[in-house]
Amino acid sequence: MMTMNPPTMTPTLAPSYLPAMPQQKEETRKVAFICSKGTLDMVYPALVMGWAALGNGIDVTIFFTFWGLDMINKNRVDHIEIAPVGNTAMKMSMMGLNTGNLGIPQLVGALPGMTAFATKLMKDKMNALEVPTVREYLQMLVDGGAKLYACKMSVDMMGLKKEDFIEGVEDIVTAADFMDMTDGAQIVFI
Amino acid sequence: MPTKVIAGHEVQINDEGFMTNPQEWDKDIAVEIAHEEGIADLTLAHWKVIDFCRQDGISTGKAPTLRRITTAAGVSTKDMFALFPKGPAKKVAKISGLGKPEGCV
Repeated sequence: MMTMNPPTMTPTLAPSYLPAMPQQKEETRKVAFICSKGTLDMVYPALVMGWAALGNGIDVTIFFTFWGLDMINKNRVDHIEIAPVGNTAMKMSMMGLNTGNLGIPQLVGALPGMTAFATKLMKDKMNALEVPTVREYLQMLVDGGAKLYACKMSVDMMGLKKEDFIEGVEDIVTAADFMDMTDGAQIVFI
Repeated sequence: MPTKVIAGHEVQINDEGFMTNPQEWDKDIAVEIAHEEGIADLTLAHWKVIDFCRQDGISTGKAPTLRRITTAAGVSTKDMFALFPKGPAKKVAKISGLGKPEGCV
């Protein structure tokens, strides 16, 4: 005859088939940016996000390729511009005119001086917000520990040398080198 | 609002561990939070930054960003990363009993 044992309250232990808790190991998050553009609106994202990343204790690597080399080119870094031509997002209202969604007419945008004008306008707006210049931002990033590299193929194509770059650019590297040095990093292409 | 006992004082903190009432802060609390954040000893250089952040934080009502600290307190970016590694502005704000710094620069 079978006897039924009264149910007993047994303390539940973690089943032995569960894997052991992984060791609490703090691995530093890594982010890498590829900067391929040389217009004012496209050079800032990596600077702003790179700075925010450093501020969060994240390792930052930035790889400059094609027009992105303008950001680290000593002779170009202070002359990054934005053109109104072909830029449908740039509205006349940016100039303080109450014109709603009216864009800058393409033919007007093509007039001599319009690129300089649009650039000044945008730089003034950034100055008012105390946004650092591109040169200053790069220095902040380098001081904060970000690693800057120039793309070898673009450097060769544009006939540039290491001396053409601002201080803080570590080296001219190949795409394969970049892949090696960003192992495990999140990569943002701009 | 959760509370936590730091250096023998019960203080209010938010879910990220930042103190929510800067008036509850004192120097012993700073030392203990610094320990938790991996800074074994607060040197004079650390205190210079903490003092600035306390003053600035209380007068403006918000924790200074890294850029604000480097420009207004005259401590270089390099030094800030050396003194408070891995996220200097956040770290010093936490040690100074202020909220998390906001702003993109």
